[in-house]
Amino acid sequence: MHWFKQLFTRRQIYSDLSEEIQQHLAEKIAALMAAGMSPKEAASAARREFGNVTSIEESGREAWTWPRAESVLSDVKFALRKLKQSPGFATTTILTLALGIGANVVVFSVLNGLILRPLDVPEPSNLFQIMHGKDWGGSQSYRDYLDYRDRDASFSGMLAYQYLRAGVRVGKTVAQSWGFDVSGNYFDVLGVQPAFGHFFHAADEHGPASAPYIVLSYDFWRLHFDSNPHVLGETIELNQHPLTVIGVARKDFHGTEPLFVADYWIPLVNATQVTGFDDLPYRDHYAFTVLGRLKPRVTPQQATRSLNIVAAQMAKEDPKDDGLTALVRLAGPAGDEQDPTKKALLGILLLAMLVLLAACANLASIFAARATDRGGELAIRLAIGASRWMILRQLLTEAVIVSIVGAAVGSFFARLLLGVLSRLQIFGDFPTHFMILPDGRVYLVALALSIASGIFFGLLPARQVWKTDVVQAIKTGCLETESFRRLAVRDVLLAVQIVVCTLLVTASLVGVRGLMLALHVPLAIQPEQVTLAQADLRMAGYSGEQALPVQKRLLEAAQAIPGVSAAAVSDGVPFLGGGGDWFVYRWGTTEFLPSHMAFDALSFLISPGYLNTAGTRLLAGRDFTWHDAGGSPRVAIVNQTFARKLYGDKSAVGQRFALWETAKYEVIGVVEDGKYGSVSEDPHAAMFLPLAQGIGEVMSPSATILVRSRLPQDQIAAALRQKLIAIEPGAPFTIRSWADAIDLSMIVPRAVAAVLGVMGLLAAMLAVTGVFGMASYSVSKRRKEQGIRMALGAQPVDILRSTLHRPLLLLIGGSCLGLLGGVLTSRLLAHLVSFATPRDPLVLAGVLFVMTFLGLVATWVPARRALGIDPSRLLRE
Amino acid sequence: MPTSPGKQPEQRDLFRGALEMMILRSLRRQPMHGYALVQHIKQRSKDLLQVEEGSLYPALQRMLRDNLVKAEWEISASNRKVRTYRITPAGIKHLEHEVSSFEQMLKGINLVLSPADF
Repeated sequence: MHWFKQLFTRRQIYSDLSEEIQQHLAEKIAALMAAGMSPKEAASAARREFGNVTSIEESGREAWTWPRAESVLSDVKFALRKLKQSPGFATTTILTLALGIGANVVVFSVLNGLILRPLDVPEPSNLFQIMHGKDWGGSQSYRDYLDYRDRDASFSGMLAYQYLRAGVRVGKTVAQSWGFDVSGNYFDVLGVQPAFGHFFHAADEHGPASAPYIVLSYDFWRLHFDSNPHVLGETIELNQHPLTVIGVARKDFHGTEPLFVADYWIPLVNATQVTGFDDLPYRDHYAFTVLGRLKPRVTPQQATRSLNIVAAQMAKEDPKDDGLTALVRLAGPAGDEQDPTKKALLGILLLAMLVLLAACANLASIFAARATDRGGELAIRLAIGASRWMILRQLLTEAVIVSIVGAAVGSFFARLLLGVLSRLQIFGDFPTHFMILPDGRVYLVALALSIASGIFFGLLPARQVWKTDVVQAIKTGCLETESFRRLAVRDVLLAVQIVVCTLLVTASLVGVRGLMLALHVPLAIQPEQVTLAQADLRMAGYSGEQALPVQKRLLEAAQAIPGVSAAAVSDGVPFLGGGGDWFVYRWGTTEFLPSHMAFDALSFLISPGYLNTAGTRLLAGRDFTWHDAGGSPRVAIVNQTFARKLYGDKSAVGQRFALWETAKYEVIGVVEDGKYGSVSEDPHAAMFLPLAQGIGEVMSPSATILVRSRLPQDQIAAALRQKLIAIEPGAPFTIRSWADAIDLSMIVPRAVAAVLGVMGLLAAMLAVTGVFGMASYSVSKRRKEQGIRMALGAQPVDILRSTLHRPLLLLIGGSCLGLLGGVLTSRLLAHLVSFATPRDPLVLAGVLFVMTFLGLVATWVPARRALGIDPSRLLRE
Repeated sequence: MPTSPGKQPEQRDLFRGALEMMILRSLRRQPMHGYALVQHIKQRSKDLLQVEEGSLYPALQRMLRDNLVKAEWEISASNRKVRTYRITPAGIKHLEHEVSSFEQMLKGINLVLSPADF
């Protein structure tokens, strides 16, 4: 209506109203005086009959305002003024909350980025992955993929892809690169469009080596081709195999694996030329990930059933598919219920929420104390006509402001930290991109959390306001506090803080203990002083068959470096992605079908001297020699788990096993069990085969040179690089210390220990301030009483007992509850930490020690203060 | 002992419409300022209605906002600066409408309360 005019004339309206009321009173007083009253009597009678001037003016003004909005605004203004008046209080509360919210934002962002976010493709909600039954995760053979794709009707399209690692020649240098080799329909099924050029299609595939095309990722194109728009039609060599650039993908398309950022895509029918190994013809070679678009109105359950019917048919036609099952689930990490990262992150999120809870409990008691201290002010406001609801709203506004500012501060620092985290490359040369920067959803959660916590800790002191007796409050200057004898809200709040603190301290000690144990797990290798040089010789143009002489030359060059005490060459090593995985069959097996295998074992192709260089103990039998080569009998060295699984208690040396028809082996040695991929893995069967024999007829084109030396690592690395480059300039060598590489694989337990440690520390800080606050309060509240007791002859012990009795009781009770909680949450912690549990006696002792220590720290000063009471002075006051 | 919560103007909501009607009716007879209005209502009701004098003003502000009355500063006969309220055409219309619906309501209530049927 006239609201716009009102906005400017409002001041006039208000002053008219006040003046009019004053005139009214003046006229009334005059009338009363005329009736014979004294001026004083008349004035008070006039006011009495008129009513509360302030509140009448206020409700008169309300006619002109948007009452809700404006009174909220004035509440906010007032709250800001109040907070400015006590900067210490404001800073403490805001920082406390910022810690709580910040921790949650970081954890939730990581969870959101790694787990909740769907794949970056159009319509991710109907893109599903076809899993290989229970045991094989998501890997499928190409032949099975073809059958699923052609025979099943639940999907409108089904694609397959696998990782591809190759040396890419750009100009004169060869660089390592990672991409995908994919089925021809890959881009069409996903429904993505190129930035420019075009993608390849299913129609481009006409059998092996029929589609020599490559699609570049946007970043790869920008980095290696300087965003040259004339790149289309140019030839790129992958492992010296030429491919024609036909298109560049859009900037935001990184492929179909979470975290992984592909450099390029090539048709899988052309992958053999690049990798030197044909992944396509074997039904029992599980190398591909298969995704499909469900047709409308088909549920994943229906698709699973229909795929299993197809699988059963396939098993009938080819015994290699015996026992094949399929399972459909949402593509990407969101569909993976068993994902250990997800469970770990959910666990950490729970702990972060506990930190927030402790922070809120802390703030609630601070706010309650503040409301008590401000009792005089609040009582006066109540007395002059403010309603209880107004006071409440005021206190609540203050709490919500603190929480929103706290959330902003917390989110700001969380954003900084996440920025650093998102740029980490923790998987060495495997290109990853952590899209963990907070998005709208994260900020929304932060806001919701902050408002919820603000209301939580703002409402607790509200109880006090509600029960206030105004007259009493004005007399004593503080709001009525609850009796000190009964269990007060304060006590509950403190107990909550202590329980949460104990829980988090338990968790952090478990994390630290787990890390300590993980660092001492026997690995069956001695990686210290070993330097590794790794290269894929295919990148220099060698096939597997041609690789052996090169591998030998590289080894000889490394052995010749002065100061090298031992050297060896292998196709790969533990902890650096080494180790193929093969089905192992008992001797005498005639049909080599997956359903007949005994177990699967990791393979390492090694030169003589590898065991010595790596520091792996040979328990029985002999090491290889260079005479164990092609043409001589096939021999193998196996680990204890392998030997036990296949031969039981019998001596393994001299026993035999087979991998397939033409790959049959005699065991000539047994080595100790080790760790091959991560320190926390279960014992896994492993076999070591002579590099000179290969696996069956397959020779490895990879080369890992191991060099043991006492020389400083950088010196040996430089010498190694120089020697190797001289022999093979075309191969890009990655040189690093083995110990560093293993450290890198420990990044998860380290990060978990660090995160748990930080949370434990935060909770401990909160608990100390909580206990300290309560003990100090109790001492200062009862100074007079204690003074009198001292004057009457009480001993220091009695004084301490009566003042610190309650906080200590809470501390002990809370700690016990927290410890019990910690033990009960063992299963949760088991998702986070291997090797250690809260039941570990060292952890239990540590928790008790820490809580005792915290108790001493928190009560030390109040205790000194209690003992320092001077009764004579107190009684004089 | 906690005191009972203070009385709020809002708690006389039932009265609000009635107060407005009385104000409008009085102003229709002749323009008046606030003090005179209170005196007038008190006299006419023969002191049966205990109106808190101040409660008049919020009602007047609402009516000003809704353009039912208008106000002007004037000098009164007794040489005081007073703010005189006049009813507007909209105010007259509002008053007639309110009075008739109030009478309807009263009639209804009377019918229900009348002992005839019992």
